[in-house]
Amino acid sequence: MSKQTKKKQKWVHKDLLGLEYLSHDDIILLLDTADSFREILDRTIKKVPALRGKTVVNLFYEPSTRTRVSFEIAAKRLSADVINIATETSSVRKGETLNDTGRNIEALKADVIIVRHNCSGAATMLARNVNISVVNAGDGWHEHPTQGLLDIFTLRKKFGRIEGLNVTIVGDIAHSRVARSNIWGLTKLGARVMVCAPDILIPPGIEDMGVSVTNDIDEALVNADAVNVLRMQFERDEKAVFPKQLEYFKKFGITEERLKKAGRDITVMHPGPINRGIEISSKVADGVNSVILEQVTNGIAVRMAVLFWLSQARENNKNETIG
Amino acid sequence: MRLLVKNGTVIDPANKIEAVMDILAQDGRISRVAKDIKIEADTVIDAAGMIVMPSVVDMHVHLREPGREDKETVASGTMAAARGGVTTVLAMPNTSPAIDSGENVQALKDIINRSALIDVLISGAITMGRLGKELCDIGAMRKKGAIVITDDGASVEDEELMLKALSAAKKDKILVVCHCEDKRLSGKGVVNFGFTSTRLGLRGVPNESEYKRVERDIRLAAETGASIHIAHLSCAESVDIIRKAKKDGVKVTAETAPHYFTLNEDAVLDYNTNMKINPPLRSCKDVEAIKRGLKDGVIDAIASDHAPHTENEKEIEFEYAESGTIGLETELSAGITALVDKGLLTWNELVEKMCLNPARILGIDKGSLGVGREADITIVSPGKEWTVKKHNFMSRSSNSAFLGMKLKGVVEYTIYKGRVIYSARKGVAE
Repeated sequence: MSKQTKKKQKWVHKDLLGLEYLSHDDIILLLDTADSFREILDRTIKKVPALRGKTVVNLFYEPSTRTRVSFEIAAKRLSADVINIATETSSVRKGETLNDTGRNIEALKADVIIVRHNCSGAATMLARNVNISVVNAGDGWHEHPTQGLLDIFTLRKKFGRIEGLNVTIVGDIAHSRVARSNIWGLTKLGARVMVCAPDILIPPGIEDMGVSVTNDIDEALVNADAVNVLRMQFERDEKAVFPKQLEYFKKFGITEERLKKAGRDITVMHPGPINRGIEISSKVADGVNSVILEQVTNGIAVRMAVLFWLSQARENNKNETIG
Repeated sequence: MRLLVKNGTVIDPANKIEAVMDILAQDGRISRVAKDIKIEADTVIDAAGMIVMPSVVDMHVHLREPGREDKETVASGTMAAARGGVTTVLAMPNTSPAIDSGENVQALKDIINRSALIDVLISGAITMGRLGKELCDIGAMRKKGAIVITDDGASVEDEELMLKALSAAKKDKILVVCHCEDKRLSGKGVVNFGFTSTRLGLRGVPNESEYKRVERDIRLAAETGASIHIAHLSCAESVDIIRKAKKDGVKVTAETAPHYFTLNEDAVLDYNTNMKINPPLRSCKDVEAIKRGLKDGVIDAIASDHAPHTENEKEIEFEYAESGTIGLETELSAGITALVDKGLLTWNELVEKMCLNPARILGIDKGSLGVGREADITIVSPGKEWTVKKHNFMSRSSNSAFLGMKLKGVVEYTIYKGRVIYSARKGVAE
C-alpha cells in the first residue's frame, strides 16, 4: 500500500453508510486502493494479511447471496475471520432490537459489522449505537454504497475516467438503493447522470441530486457511454401501480435493437441478479458490451478496499487515544 | 396567603400592559397590579430584569394516562408543564381506553383530581375508540366535563360522519379540534414528501394530505356553522386556506407547534427518530409560511403537541419508530428563541399565542393577569440561555426534537393559583 502512504491521504470514517457522506477524495482513495486489490485477485495465492486477527460479521436481515458472499470473500482475502448471521426479519415486537444485536456483536469483540436491512437508515442507526465499524450492505431504498463503488470502479477501469462520462440508470429509481448510491458517487466524480423510468418510478425531487430525468428510453441512451440497468421487482410495491412486466420490457427493456438505435457502443451494467427478458434481453446481458460479470469480480476488490480503510481508521483512532 | 412579584416587566395583552409593575396575589387570585406595591407578603419574588406573564395555556398535550403510564402520567406530565411555565393543559383523548364516553371522562377526571399539579382540561373523542366509525355521546362527555372533542392522531375519514359530528358539536356548543390528515395521501409516509423522502429512501407525506383535509373540515364547518380548531399546522397551503376561511367568516382557529417554526425537514437527514413527527417537519418554505401565519394572526395559538414515547419505541428503525416529540418543557423557550429573539413576534404577541388566545379558543378564564383572575403567573429570564439535555426532563420520556439545542429564556418561577409550584432553583414543589 505504498501508493497510499505516499499520498498521505487519511481515511477518517468509522463507517461506510452511503456515498452521499463521502467526499470526492474519499471515493478516489477507495477506487485506487481497490485497483491494487484487484490485482491480487488474479494471483495464484489470493490472500494478504491486512486484516489478520480481525473479525468481520455479516449481519443480514434480508436474503442476499451475492452481496454476502462477496463481502465474505473480500474479508477472507484480507485474512479476517468471518461470521455470518442471517435473520429472516427484524420485528419491532419480537426478538432483539437491531441496536441490541449490534451491541452484542461488539461485545463479542468483532471489528466490523456488515449490515443488510430492509429499513432505510438501519445502518446509520446501528453505527450511532456501536463503537465498531459498520458497513451498509444495503438499507431499504436508501443506499448500497459498495454496489455504487463497484459500478463506478468498473466504469473507471473501462473508460479510464469518470469525469465527463454520460451514465444512464434505467429502472425502478424510486425504490432503488443502487440508484441512489450510483447517483451520489458518479456526480461527485463529475459524471453526467440521467435516470430513466416510468413517471411512477421516479421519486420526487430526484433532480436535486444532480441528475436529469426522462421517461424516453431512446433519449436516455442516445448520448450514454454506459447504462446501468436496475433489477425490476414487480412484486415489491403494495400499490400495484407497476407497469405490467411485458409492457415494461417493451417500453424500457434494454435490447440489442434499442442499443443499435442509439448508434454507439454503450457499456451495459446490472447489479444482478438479472431478470432476462424483463429489464434486459439475454443477448444484451451476454453481449460484448456487457460488464456484468466483471462487476461481480470488481465487487470483491472494492469491498476489500472498504474493509481495509475502515480498519485503518479504527487503528488510527486507537493510536490517537493511546498517544 | 399573599404572594408579591416585584419589579418584573409585566406582559399582559388582555389588559394591554407592558411595563415594569408589581403583582399581588391574595388567596390564589390576583388582587392588584400596580407600580411599586408596598405590602407584607408570605412570598416575595424579586423579578427585576425578568418577564412576568400569564402562565402558558397549552391546548395540545398527550398525557398518556390512562393506559400508557410508562410514557407519561398526569402527575409527571403536569410536573413537566410546571417546569415549562405551563399551568393549563388540554389532554388529548387518544389514551387507552380512549376518552370516548362520559364514564371515561369521569375516570380521567378522578385521576386528574388525584394527581395533577396544574389545571388539566379534558377532551373527548369524536368517534368511539377514535376509529372513525360511530359517533360518541358528545352530550354525556360534555356533561362530565369534556370541553372539546377531537380524534387527534387521526382524522375522521368519513365525510358524512364528520358532518354529523360537527352538527352535533354545534348543537352541544362544543369546539371540534381537527387533526387534518388524509390517510389516503399520507399512507405509510414518515418524512416530508420530496427531496427529503427521496434522499432518505423513506415514504413521504405530501402537504396535500394536510391541506386537503383542512379544506374539507373548513367546508364542513361552514356548512354546519360549527366552531373548529385546526391542530398542529405544518404547511404553507394550510395557512393560506385558513386565512381565506377566516375572511369568509368561518368559525375556525388554528394552532402550530414550536417544532414547525424552529426546525425543518433537514433535521431528519441523519434518521434521528426524535425528529419523526406527524405531520412531518416540512420545508424551509413551509416554516417561513408558518412564521408569517403567526405574525399576521392566521395562526392563533402555539401548542406543544407534547407526545411522550419510551426509548424502546423511539430508538429503533426510523419507519418503525413512534411519531412525536415532547414539548412542554421547551415550548416557551422555543417561542422566545425562534420568534421573539429573532424579532418576528413581540413579547405581547408571543403571550397572546401561548396564553391568551388558547384560553379564549377554549372559552376558559385564563391567559390574563387581570385583577380577580386566578394567579397563574410565569416568570422568565428572557436573555438567559440553556441547553436541552436528555437527563434533565421532568417528563417521564425524553424524546425531544430539541435535544442539544441552545434555547433562550429560562423559566424561573411558575405560579399556580398564587402558589409557587416550580422554581428554577428548587425545582417542582410538592
